[in-house]
Amino acid sequence: MTAIATAAGGIQSPAQATYWFIHGRVLFLMIHLLGLTCFSYIVAKRLVPLLRGEGDFRFDRPFLRLGRVLKFWLGQWKHPRYGLAGTIHILVFTGFILLATRAFSLVLGVADSFAMPGSVGHIYDVIKDYATTIVFLCMVIAAVRRLVLKPARYAVPAKYGKGHTADAVFLLALIATLMVADSLFAASKAAFQSQLGQPAEFLAALSLPWMLKNALISTPLSTLQNLHLGGYLVHDLTFFFLLCYRPFGIQFHVETSLFTVYFAKLDREILKPVRWGVSDEHLDQVKSFGVKTFEDFTWKHMLDFYSCADCGRCSDNCPANAVGRPLSPRFLTIKARDYSFQHYPMFGSSGNGKALIGSIYSEDEIWSCTTCGACEEECPLLVEYIDKIVDLRRGMIDDGNVPQSLQKPLKALESRGNPYGKLEKKKADWARARDFQQVCNVRVLDKNNAADTLYFVDSITSYDDRMQAIGRATARILDHVGENFGILGAAEKDSGHEVRRFGEETLFMALRDHNVAAIKASGVQRIVTADPHAYNALKHDYKNVPPVEHISQVIAREVKAAKVKFNPVENGNDTYTFHDPCYLGRHNQIYNAPRDVLDAIPGLKRVEMSRSRDRSFCCGGGGLMLFYEPKEDQRMGVKRVQMAAEAGANVIVTACPFCMVNIEDAIKVAGLEGKMTAIDLTELVDQQIVHESPKAA
Amino acid sequence: MEILVCARRVPDTSENEIELNSAGNDIERDDLVYSINEPDNYAVEEALQIVARVGGSVTVVTVGGEDDEEILRREMAMGASHGVLISDDAFSGSDGRGIATILKAFVQKGHYDLILTGVQAEDGGAQVGGMLAAMLDYPFASLVNSIEFLGDGKLKISREVEGGNKEMNAIDLPCVLSIQTGINEPRYVGMRGIRQVASAPIPTLGVSDLGLDPSSVGETAARVKRVDYFVPAQGKGAEILQGKREEIVDKLIELVTAKGGLQ
Repeated sequence: MTAIATAAGGIQSPAQATYWFIHGRVLFLMIHLLGLTCFSYIVAKRLVPLLRGEGDFRFDRPFLRLGRVLKFWLGQWKHPRYGLAGTIHILVFTGFILLATRAFSLVLGVADSFAMPGSVGHIYDVIKDYATTIVFLCMVIAAVRRLVLKPARYAVPAKYGKGHTADAVFLLALIATLMVADSLFAASKAAFQSQLGQPAEFLAALSLPWMLKNALISTPLSTLQNLHLGGYLVHDLTFFFLLCYRPFGIQFHVETSLFTVYFAKLDREILKPVRWGVSDEHLDQVKSFGVKTFEDFTWKHMLDFYSCADCGRCSDNCPANAVGRPLSPRFLTIKARDYSFQHYPMFGSSGNGKALIGSIYSEDEIWSCTTCGACEEECPLLVEYIDKIVDLRRGMIDDGNVPQSLQKPLKALESRGNPYGKLEKKKADWARARDFQQVCNVRVLDKNNAADTLYFVDSITSYDDRMQAIGRATARILDHVGENFGILGAAEKDSGHEVRRFGEETLFMALRDHNVAAIKASGVQRIVTADPHAYNALKHDYKNVPPVEHISQVIAREVKAAKVKFNPVENGNDTYTFHDPCYLGRHNQIYNAPRDVLDAIPGLKRVEMSRSRDRSFCCGGGGLMLFYEPKEDQRMGVKRVQMAAEAGANVIVTACPFCMVNIEDAIKVAGLEGKMTAIDLTELVDQQIVHESPKAA
Repeated sequence: MEILVCARRVPDTSENEIELNSAGNDIERDDLVYSINEPDNYAVEEALQIVARVGGSVTVVTVGGEDDEEILRREMAMGASHGVLISDDAFSGSDGRGIATILKAFVQKGHYDLILTGVQAEDGGAQVGGMLAAMLDYPFASLVNSIEFLGDGKLKISREVEGGNKEMNAIDLPCVLSIQTGINEPRYVGMRGIRQVASAPIPTLGVSDLGLDPSSVGETAARVKRVDYFVPAQGKGAEILQGKREEIVDKLIELVTAKGGLQ
C-alpha cells in the first residue's frame, strides 16, 4: 500500500489515495460494483425456488401488515421473551439500523468527506460512535455465549449434522471486524488531525473510535494515514464479503426478515387452504394434495426457510422435541434450507424435485407434531410451522402413507362419524345416565325440539366413559345459568378438528358439511362447547355457523354478573394450577376466563406453572393424536405433571377433555397417584356451585 | 404379473356392536357398517407391491350384491387396475364350495399368474382359497406372510408356524395364496381417493357371463347350511373381572403372574 500523507492538506482520504498503483476511487468503485453484482446474482438465484413454489396469497391488508412490521420487525416484539439473547439482538438490530446510513455513506460515498448536514450530522456522529461500540461489545458477548456458556438450545444433535458454532462465531467475527475497521478509520483520522493541531473530527467519549483515537494519539502520522486507508479497505471488503456471504446461512435474515414479517400469516388460527385460490368444490380437480416435493411449499414458506436465524427458540419450546420425539421445528426449517441450497446451486441447473418424506423428513417426524403452536408463538421472525406440517401430512395422506394406528380411527370417522367406531345412536347416551337425567334433562334437538343454544359435545365427551362426566357437568352448568339449550345427539359428527390437522382435508370437509347442515337445521342462535378443539373448529374452520363460545367464557361471564356463586373449597390445603389447553390459550387467547372463574371460588389457592399462558406446555395432543403411537422417551403429559408439582400444585385444573386423558394418564405414569389430581374446570365449577334453594318465608 | 385378488365385504367388527336378530338365525344388520374384509385388504396391498416391483396389473373381484361395489372402489383407489363384481340372484345362499365354483369360472375366463385371498373372512371359514386352488388344480399355500418373486415362474413364500417360527416354501406359478395380516402395511385410502375412481367402470358378471350351470351354485347346491347363530353363553372357565379399571388391571396382573405368564 502506498499512502503518501499530504502533509499540509491533512489526512488523505481513501478516494484520493493510491492502493497498489490503483487509484482509490477506481479501486473502490470496482469493489462495489463487483460486490453488488455478486449479491444481485446470489439473490436472483435464491429467488428461483420461490418462483417455482406454490402460490400464497399474502398481499391483502397492507396497513395491518405494516403495523406488524413496526411491531415485530422494527419493534423486535418477541425478543424480550429471551432475556439475554433478546437484549443482545435488540441492541445489534438497533445498531445495524443506525449504522445503515453510515455504511451507505462509507460505501457509496467514496467521497473525500461525507457528513450529514448541520447539527443532525453531529448528533448522528455521536449515535454512530456508540452504536459501533455497542454492536462490537454485543459481538464479544455473543461469542462468549457461543464458545463458553453454550446455551443448550444451540446444540446440534448428531442426527442433524455438525454443530453451527463455527459458522456463528465466524459471522460474529466479521461483524466485529466491520465495527473495528470503521472505528479505526475514524480514530486514525481524528488522531492525525489532532496531532497537526487541526480541528479534529468529534468522537463520542468512551466509544470504540474514541478509545482507539486515544490509543493512537502519538502514533506517527504515516502510520495513522495507513491505518485510515487500511481501515477503509478492510471495512469495504468485509462489508461486501458479508453481503455476499449472508445468503448462504443464517445471516440471510438480515435481508429477508423484513419481507418475512411483512408477508407473515395474519390469521394464525385459520389453517392454510389446500391450494390458494381453489374453492372446496373444485378441490377434487387438484391432482396432488399437500407438500410432497420442495416445490410444493409456497413461496412464503420457502422464504421462511431463508429467514430462520437458527436461534433455536422454537425447538426450545416444542413439547415434541422436549420428550425426544423425532421432531425439532428448528431442523424442520434448517433441513429444508439445506435442501434448497443444495438443489438450487449457484452454478449449474437445479435438481429434480425429490420426495421430501424419506429423504430429509421422516414420517414419524411429521406425525410427531401436536400443532400446539408453541414454536410459532416464540419465533421472533413469525416463521410458520403448523401449516407446513399440515401440508406435509396432506401429502402423506394423499399418497396413502398413513400409520396403521391412524387408519382405523380415520376409517371409523368416515363410516361412523367418530374415531372410536361407536354407534351414532349412542352419541347421547352420556346424558341418559339415570341419576343425571333426573336432575338435568338434556334435550336432543329436532323438528319438535328447538333451543336457543347448542351444546356441541364432540366425540370424546360423548363416548369416553371418563369424559362423559365433563359433558354432564357442562350440561348442569348450562342448566344452572338458565340456558335454553340442547344437543344434536346422533346428528352430531366429530368436529373434524384433528382430522383436518392430520391432513385429511376431504374427510374433514365431509364432517364439517354434515355438522353445519345439522346445526343450521337445529335453528340455534349460538353454540357452546367444553372442548377447545371443537371450539377452534367451529370458530375458525367452519363457516356460516352461529357464534360459538367455550364454556369457560360462559362461566366467567355468569360469575361476573354474580349469577353464579361458589361454595368455598372443602380442602383449604389444596393448591391448584391451571393448565392452558393449546386450543383455548395459544390458538384463541382465552387465558383469563378460566383463571377468573378459579379465582372466584372462595378459599381456592392457585399457583402458576413456570410455563403457562402463551408458553403453556402441550399435554400430548388431542383427537387423532391419542391413537398415534409416537416414538418418544417420555410422555409430554408426564413432563407437564412434573411442572405442576414443581410449581407446588397438587390439583391440575384444565378445560379440555384431551388434556384430561393425557394428564390423568401422566399422573399415574409419573407415580403421583394420590398426590396429584386432575379436574376439568366444568367439573370443579359444577362441584362448587351454589344451588340456591328457595328460602322458606 | 397379472394378479387376481378375491375380496369380500364384511361387517366391520371394530365399528359395530354385533347383536343377534330376533329370529336368532343371523346378526342384526340394520345399523351395521361394512368394510373390506381386513385380510383381503392386505392381499390387495401385497399384490400392488408385487406389481410395483415386477410389473403387471391387479384385478379385485368379489361375489356379492350391488352394495359390495363400494369395496371394489376402495381397492381401486388403492391402486388396483380393475374391479369386477360377480352378482346374480342365482348365487345367493352359496356355501364356500359354491363361491369357489363361481370364482373358478371367473379365473378361467382370464389369465392370472397369481391369485390371492385373505387368510379368512371375518364372518367366514377360511375355505374358499383352498377349494378354489383344488378346483383349478393350482398349488396352494395358506397363511402366507411374505412373498418373493424368484423369476422363472416361481415364488418364495413364507408362513408363520404356530409358535412364531417361519417356514419358507417355493411354489410354482400360477398358484393360489391366502394372505395373513401383517404381511405389509396397507396404504390409506380416503374419500378423496375413492371419489377419483368414482366413474371407473366396474363390470358386473352373472351366471350366463361365467357360463355356469345355475344348479351348481346358490342355495340348491349348498351342502353346508347355516341352521343357527348364537352368542355362546359364558362358560364357567371364563371369569369377567369386575371393578374399577385400576383394580381390574391389578387383578389381571396377579392372575397372569400366578399362571407364570409374567416373570
